[in-house]
Amino acid sequence: MPTVTVDGVQIEVPDGVTALQACEMAGKEIPRFCYHERLSVAGNCRMCLVEVSPGPPKPAASCALPVADGMEIKTDSEMVKNARNGVMEFLLINHPLDCPICDQGGECDLQDQAMAYGRGGSRFEEHKRAVKDKHMGPLVKTIMTRCIHCTRCVRFATEVAGVPELGLLGRGEHAEITTYLEKSLDSELSANVIDLCPVGALTSKPYAFISRPWELSKTESVDVLDAVGASIRVDARQTEVLRVLPRLNEDVNEEWLADKSRYACDALSRQRLDRPYVRRDGKLTEARWDEAFAAIAHKMKGLDGRRIAAIAGDLCDAESMFVLKGLMDATGSPNRDCRQDGAKLPAEPRAAYVMNSGIAEIETADVVLLIGSNPRWEAPLVNTRLRKAWLQGGASIAMVGSQIDLTYPCENLGAGPDTLKAIATGSHPFAETLKRAERPLMIVGMGALARDDGEAVLATARSLAEACNVVRDDWNGFNVLHTAAARVGGLDLGFVPGADGCDVAGILDGASVGDIELVYLLGADEIDMSRLGNAFVVYQGHHGDAGAHRADVILPGAAYTEKNGTYVNTEGRVQLGRQAVQPPGDAREDWAIIRALSGVIDAGLEYVTLGDVRSAMVAANPIFEQVDARITPAWGGFGVAGVMDDTAFKSPIDNYYMTDPISRASETMAECTREFVAGSGDRTGTDG
Amino acid sequence: MLQDKDRIFQNLYAQDDWRLKGAKRRGIWDNTKELIERGRETLVNEMKESGLRGRGGAGFPTGVKWSFMPSEEHRDERPHYLVVNADESEPGTCKDREILRYDPHTLVEGCLVAGFAMGANVAYVYVRGEFYSEASHLQQAIDEAYEAGLIGPNACNSGWDFDVYLHRGAGAYICGEETALLESLEGKKGQPRLKPPFPAACGLYGCPTTVNNVETIAVAPTILRRGPSWFASFGRENNTGTKIFSISGHVNNPCNVEEEMSIPLKELIEKHAGGVRGGWDNLQAVIPGGSSTPCLSKNICDNVLMDFDGLREHNTGLGTAAVIVIDKSADMVEAIARLSHFYRHESCGQCTPCREGMGWVYRVMKRLVTGDAEIEEIDMLWEVTKQIEGHTICALADGGVWPVQGLIRHFRPELERRILERKTGSAPAQAAE
Repeated sequence: MPTVTVDGVQIEVPDGVTALQACEMAGKEIPRFCYHERLSVAGNCRMCLVEVSPGPPKPAASCALPVADGMEIKTDSEMVKNARNGVMEFLLINHPLDCPICDQGGECDLQDQAMAYGRGGSRFEEHKRAVKDKHMGPLVKTIMTRCIHCTRCVRFATEVAGVPELGLLGRGEHAEITTYLEKSLDSELSANVIDLCPVGALTSKPYAFISRPWELSKTESVDVLDAVGASIRVDARQTEVLRVLPRLNEDVNEEWLADKSRYACDALSRQRLDRPYVRRDGKLTEARWDEAFAAIAHKMKGLDGRRIAAIAGDLCDAESMFVLKGLMDATGSPNRDCRQDGAKLPAEPRAAYVMNSGIAEIETADVVLLIGSNPRWEAPLVNTRLRKAWLQGGASIAMVGSQIDLTYPCENLGAGPDTLKAIATGSHPFAETLKRAERPLMIVGMGALARDDGEAVLATARSLAEACNVVRDDWNGFNVLHTAAARVGGLDLGFVPGADGCDVAGILDGASVGDIELVYLLGADEIDMSRLGNAFVVYQGHHGDAGAHRADVILPGAAYTEKNGTYVNTEGRVQLGRQAVQPPGDAREDWAIIRALSGVIDAGLEYVTLGDVRSAMVAANPIFEQVDARITPAWGGFGVAGVMDDTAFKSPIDNYYMTDPISRASETMAECTREFVAGSGDRTGTDG
Repeated sequence: MLQDKDRIFQNLYAQDDWRLKGAKRRGIWDNTKELIERGRETLVNEMKESGLRGRGGAGFPTGVKWSFMPSEEHRDERPHYLVVNADESEPGTCKDREILRYDPHTLVEGCLVAGFAMGANVAYVYVRGEFYSEASHLQQAIDEAYEAGLIGPNACNSGWDFDVYLHRGAGAYICGEETALLESLEGKKGQPRLKPPFPAACGLYGCPTTVNNVETIAVAPTILRRGPSWFASFGRENNTGTKIFSISGHVNNPCNVEEEMSIPLKELIEKHAGGVRGGWDNLQAVIPGGSSTPCLSKNICDNVLMDFDGLREHNTGLGTAAVIVIDKSADMVEAIARLSHFYRHESCGQCTPCREGMGWVYRVMKRLVTGDAEIEEIDMLWEVTKQIEGHTICALADGGVWPVQGLIRHFRPELERRILERKTGSAPAQAAE
């Protein structure tokens, strides 16, 4: 461990750190623009200059300088002050002084550092440079005159997102960041360049001129629009969520956020269910809460529990599912399911349905097998880890499923169960590759499990994992990648059919023939509503989507930003979402709605506060006490061997930008769909 | 004055055949095998003894540079590369060009000898894009050498395999910077790399690499053949050897000439270039080492010695030894403003001070040409150049502001005169372009 002196203070630093890192360890702040911990070092902004001895008699860029034993670093000498002052002046001479109309204002690195390290006034009397704005798609707004050429966005697109569509063209004063061909940045992670941009050159298009950072109340929460459970910060003004930003969480999302999670938030004030509705004479009409409950109680009265069913959707918090399960138990109904896509996953053992390796550990894998999954669309932040495993660790990645561009090379071994079986039985050469690997990893997607033969596929996947040594004493590389934020929580709670109960397919069959007369949809919109027959449908949720259209009674619930709730992500990490704003209108927190209904139908649920629900939930499954922790579950037998049909695996997501009631209601996501999914060719005026 | 027998480049003026036959007649490729048989270590030591300093501008001792390459005991599986910088783009400099087109075999032989001395089996020669016939001659020389078995497998029967590849650049000045050259050679945009790591540890394609100027490589075989003490007998201590000087501008006979180091500037101009146009007293200034070195006023030119240390004493440098002579007919301010324009245009745009600062410097310079400025702006300009200098990844920015610093250092009264004249309206100043 080398010892260095920073401003007279001696510290010992780990091998291989840079002078900048050493200064930070010594508690010295080093200003920077181009340097970013998660990107390669560019060393071009020259803001981080420090004085180093021994060395040449000029300041050195600390971000790119490895420390050596005995190095003396000065961060506050006259030379350093002058250097920072000079660089700051150069950055500002061609930067427009349009802070009052710049969306970055208040959270701008250039603004902050100009205050701390800049001159009081300007000596530049010449004309400033102006640069033509570039088209980067529906999410990223560009004001390129403000660009300071730090190339963070270029490095992000090239290294992390894996779409080398950004670059620096031209030379000297005429250098410009560009998409080369005025093409949209075709990546699910594109908006992260906005966070990375240290100035107002790349800002958020949907958020343009909406608010100032100091007007916002900021709530730390978790995302529910995919199963990754990224840490987010919800920025709201009064009753409205204005934007969602990523929050640092090394274990889950690092500091990135996928575009859908970031930009579907405009839908939180559109198409909302803000009051109860009851269907009268075939038409949904506004109602009071007591009327809605009375309508449900009237239907339930005397109804055999076996004729009642409940389906939980993809965005539900664990508490509401837990309370709904209690309600179903009280009515004597065994018909409940949280797997509305029909995924054939058991509720135990836990190892059967979580990402056992954990998300962060994916980047340490050396051989990866994707089975029926398109992580780029199902979980973009898992895909970045896979890309990292390839880029930094040289992992070899292969897939069974349909060919897709994952931003890294991925060998297609075959399309469906046949190939999977061949690997499991060792007749496919990839079995050897997996066996020889030090950190073998397999990711089983819903494209392989949400099928009629899903149980057999799961069993084959398990035997593959066991045969190829994917599960070892110190490593479990068997991973299930979910697409729904509620799924793991639902399975942890046992929100699956009870004794002789029906699963989703059974419920739909039962409803269509009239065996099931009441179906309670807790935010479940992804099922085929036409198969509900004449059943009485209660829809509890927050958006007017498929479920609400079919409903006989609508109970307005809260979206994820409007309630405190527990979510379990795909790796089995229990996380808390926090309330940022109030639910709109008469809408209420979901667990409280079910609790209130239970009072009307004398179902006897006794919870008074959310705390009561959580205590009961912990008593039912202690995993819910381990907030933010990831516990590797014990391995066990699961899956039922059987015949697999030969249809190819297919990812359940056709359009990344619209997968759930929230994103389907989002204007921004609709814009993205038009741009990236629905025909990429030029549109004409008749395209609407 | 250097005698003809001591000139390394015997065909600088194209009087003889540049092809292999002529080259052999002039002593090139004479028993090259024997040089290689001396072994790597001996060659490097002899280069150190000769005192040869890099001819590309920075003047780093060549033998020391070669010794940075991993030795036979320490080398790993990575190949070593010799890269020859023939991207001669510095305004005023035209010496490598003559080597390439009139004496290319000195370079090819140099590649083999230098390559062997650093353990490289491959040399890349990066030739400036505009040098069409130069590249053509060099390629023909390489082909001849292959055919004669002088390079290729078992080059010169020495047991050493050696390949030489020619690569043509696309005309960017920055690609003459050694790491930008490596980037360009790899097919990327020519932008300088951060150092460390230095090329000797991690250069072309991540392998140990030494980048040398054409002249540096081309003189190596002769130095080794005639002995380091022969070479060291010319010039002053620490500034030894012979050197090609490119003399251009307001002289009666612009020329390239190989001369002894440390020759007085006045002698160089008068003996070889036919003197300053209109006589020595008509001299206004001299840029001694290519456009990026600060100019010298006449009184310094009277006595200054043309070598690294002699010129450093006067806050300038030998650079590539391209002497640009400026007589009193020239508008000195406009001349330097034109250089500022050049460096602004050639800045790669990577580092903030260079990207933003060069344009600023140029614009102020443009106004100073007509005197459309304030006196204080001269000091501001000086400060701005100091804010640029030494704050960037590569030395382009330094070279871009040095001419301006030289102008302010020696011609400040002229700058002030123009400003005052414009203010008082006493004389119409010459318009800038």
